[in-house]
Amino acid sequence: MTAFLLGAAAFILGTVALGLVRILRGPGNADRMLAAQLLGTGGVAALLLLGVATGVGAVSEVGLLLALLAAFGSVAFVTGAGRASDASATDSGTQGAARSEPE
Amino acid sequence: MSLALDLFTIVAVTLGAIFFLAGTVGLLRFPDTLTRLHALTKADNLGLGLVVLGLLPQATAPLGWIGLIAVWLLALLSGATVGQLLAEAVRPPEWDQTRTPDAPPDVHPNAPEASSHD
Repeated sequence: MTAFLLGAAAFILGTVALGLVRILRGPGNADRMLAAQLLGTGGVAALLLLGVATGVGAVSEVGLLLALLAAFGSVAFVTGAGRASDASATDSGTQGAARSEPE
Repeated sequence: MSLALDLFTIVAVTLGAIFFLAGTVGLLRFPDTLTRLHALTKADNLGLGLVVLGLLPQATAPLGWIGLIAVWLLALLSGATVGQLLAEAVRPPEWDQTRTPDAPPDVHPNAPEASSHD
């Protein structure tokens, strides 16, 4: 059972690492923020699997902290994007990049 | 009994991993930011819920169950909040005038160009 849980954690980490390609391409900053959100959720799942597989209970608390930090990161992105649109940086700002048409 | 619980864990964790894979494929393949947001927030939170559900028989104390469910509930709350906030941030401004591209534009009841006297 331990080997299966570790393998599932490695698989989920692999999908998260595949999703990080969206940070490289991905036309807007909001898409990059989505990849960071995927990293938060998938990291929580991998940490929970690791914590149960190894029997170290404190790893679950690390997962709790990671979920909290991912939420705060996205909230900080949204408030910063609103401030950038107030400063009317429509071409190079985050709002203009987020609203640009995808390929 | 232990074999049945182990089987339940294997099935639920495998389903959760498949949902994580689906969320990643949606994030990489969908054409639009809003559709990517739709794929990510739904599929990943469901995958995390299935992983937590599968891990529940393996956690020992009731304290471990409470910890796992607390992590999942926090992830659900933050995922719903962040989904709404990001969708509001990337919403195109022309959607404020018309609801959908196919629907007729909103006609104000007091607008002078109301199409009743033509």
